[in-house]
Amino acid sequence: MADIYLDNNATTRVDEAVVAAMLPFFTEQYGNPSSMHGFGDKVGRALRQARVQVQTLLGAAHDSEIVFTSCGTESNSTAILSALQAYPERREIITTTVEHPAVLTLCQHLEQSEGYTVHYLKVDKQGRLDLDAYRAALSPRVAVVSVMWANNETGTLFPVREMAELARSAGVLFHTDAVQAAGKIPLDLKSTAIDMLSLSGHKLHAAKGVGVLYLRRGVRYRPLLRGGHQERGRRAGTENTAGIVGLGVAAELVQQHMEYANTVVCRLRDRLEQGIIAQVPNCFVTGDPHNRLPNTANIAFEYIEGEAILLLLNKAGIAASSGSACTSGSLEPSHVMRAMDIPYTAAHGTVRFSFSRYNTADEVARVVEAVPPIVAQLRKLSPYWDGNSNGPVRDPQQAFAPSYA
Amino acid sequence: MWEYSDTVKEHFFNPRNAGAVKDANATGEVGSISCGDALRLTLKVDPQSETILEAGFQTFGCGSAIASSSALTEMVKGMTLEQALTISNQDIADYLDGLPAEKMHCSVMGREALAAAIADFRGEEWHDDHEEGALICKCFGIDAAMIEQTVRANDLRSIEEVTNYTKAGGGCATCHEGIENVLTRIWGAAPAPAPVLSTAEVVPCGGLTNLQRIRRIEQVLESLRPMLQRDHGDVELVDVDGNVIYVNLVGACTGCMMAGATLGGIQQQLIEALGEFVRVVPASEMKRVAAGGR
Ligand SMILES: Cc1ncc(COP(=O)(O)O)c(C=O)c1O
Repeated sequence: MADIYLDNNATTRVDEAVVAAMLPFFTEQYGNPSSMHGFGDKVGRALRQARVQVQTLLGAAHDSEIVFTSCGTESNSTAILSALQAYPERREIITTTVEHPAVLTLCQHLEQSEGYTVHYLKVDKQGRLDLDAYRAALSPRVAVVSVMWANNETGTLFPVREMAELARSAGVLFHTDAVQAAGKIPLDLKSTAIDMLSLSGHKLHAAKGVGVLYLRRGVRYRPLLRGGHQERGRRAGTENTAGIVGLGVAAELVQQHMEYANTVVCRLRDRLEQGIIAQVPNCFVTGDPHNRLPNTANIAFEYIEGEAILLLLNKAGIAASSGSACTSGSLEPSHVMRAMDIPYTAAHGTVRFSFSRYNTADEVARVVEAVPPIVAQLRKLSPYWDGNSNGPVRDPQQAFAPSYA
Repeated sequence: MWEYSDTVKEHFFNPRNAGAVKDANATGEVGSISCGDALRLTLKVDPQSETILEAGFQTFGCGSAIASSSALTEMVKGMTLEQALTISNQDIADYLDGLPAEKMHCSVMGREALAAAIADFRGEEWHDDHEEGALICKCFGIDAAMIEQTVRANDLRSIEEVTNYTKAGGGCATCHEGIENVLTRIWGAAPAPAPVLSTAEVVPCGGLTNLQRIRRIEQVLESLRPMLQRDHGDVELVDVDGNVIYVNLVGACTGCMMAGATLGGIQQQLIEALGEFVRVVPASEMKRVAAGGR
């Protein structure tokens, strides 16, 4: 039986059609698009087409608003650092506690090393933002707001359209990390007040190593990489031509599958979630189940640890991911779970299943069958679980009295 | 994904001695659910001979935590308490054919649970100086609070000093920035960079003569002594056999929970000073190693 891949928020399989579109750009169309000869010219055309394909996916007003980069992380860094350079007198940043490290680590660095003041907006237990706190933080001292469109761990969606409007009224640039949202839900940027947006190719069935920064026309901008005139001087460096062409095709395909992803795939996700919850005691869905990506399920299994679950799932041929500390080599569970105040008894045992259009009902049935015995097996080993009552030991923090805590 | 040895996987997928021992007369509990791993070790000890008859574990934790617990129970069965106390966390890791550096704390947890269980049997109180805080050095499991405390108490100014006193930073060196941040937080200005071996110290390509080598080893041990003596311990060189260096850890260090980590730290220092891979082994294990068995 083929292995089951349910870790599509980490990365996705490159679509066959994308691979086919990319291949000629390695051995035949290998010219430099900047060159003044036929080799370069054809490649230049291909890049223009890809730019339009991405523009269409994002619903951007102009194709020149699309800047190709090397990844989502680069797009995030470029957007935030650009805003800071463009408004040097503004020394504050607004972001959230649940951003991807691509934003969070940068903000922490700017705070510690460059003396910026960063407002980290908190989330509630469902991972929702408090817009009043946001309004209160907005001021002319803020250079940029950076808020993710969808959270990578829980899939929770943030009201970025509304937040961008508020930023615009306050005269503040608004950036969104849409690495998880792009290709999964319609974005239609031209109808929003979003100034900058990040996208990553490998999350939507294109190759790794290609990303996009959307830059609204007229937004003040300072490049991160200076050098040649590529991307109209906004991102120097010879283009990853094959990657960009592939991303164009992937953008088109993902748009064609948008409805499928939001109906059929979404129902598969729901079926998996309900199937597991119905059979496994002491587990729950994290994030905001009523407002999230159609492909993401994040389930917290209490009193067991995520890495152990993943190892057993892997043995059963199922690939998922976890916010557990041990999968990252730290001792702290995921900052997203901590921000949502998920108790430690559950935060270490969160498992994320993330779907793509390639997943099937058959696979869901297999996972729903495999998970309950895995959880039971680990709980049998856990000092916090009572096999007789098949429930947690009474008052787990008390029952287990270690020599240190 | 972690690179686990086949033995780790085997002990994780088929754990030995899972569950609590019935009529246990020694229990050791370490860790906590907030730390992400917790272990309860239960032993049945024959009161006359002080031999461990049965061992069982209950573990909340990752694959290597469960494997380390399973390995520990297999190792201690049939041992006397005295013998069991000589097990270091490195022994547990070796039994499992190694653990990833970031997972060494799992073996430390096993070692601690064992010490706690034995203390429980003897009616003693066991506690270690484990502090809550952000983990900085993953190789030796040293957190910010521990580093900060030691830095203040000893007026430490450089990464090298921090490594000497706490072992933090003595392994893979990726946490040097984290240590620097702690130093900067305490002292303000940027700390002295980690020393690069001066040319005079660089090991010649031809290698060292035996005598030079032993002198170099003694120098390193000498430099570590003050830190061990502060903890009322000491170290002495017993023998050098190829790339195995036998030492005696004396005083407080022998029974100390961190003996394994101490050896690891010493080993790291020696590897750096000698420019070759060496293994530091307690002299008490000389026969065992010589016999080629574990
Ligand atoms: C929300 C979010 N932002 C940014 C990134 C980083 O993207 P990339 O891997 O292309 O740098 C990721 C990928 O994990 C993500 O999920």
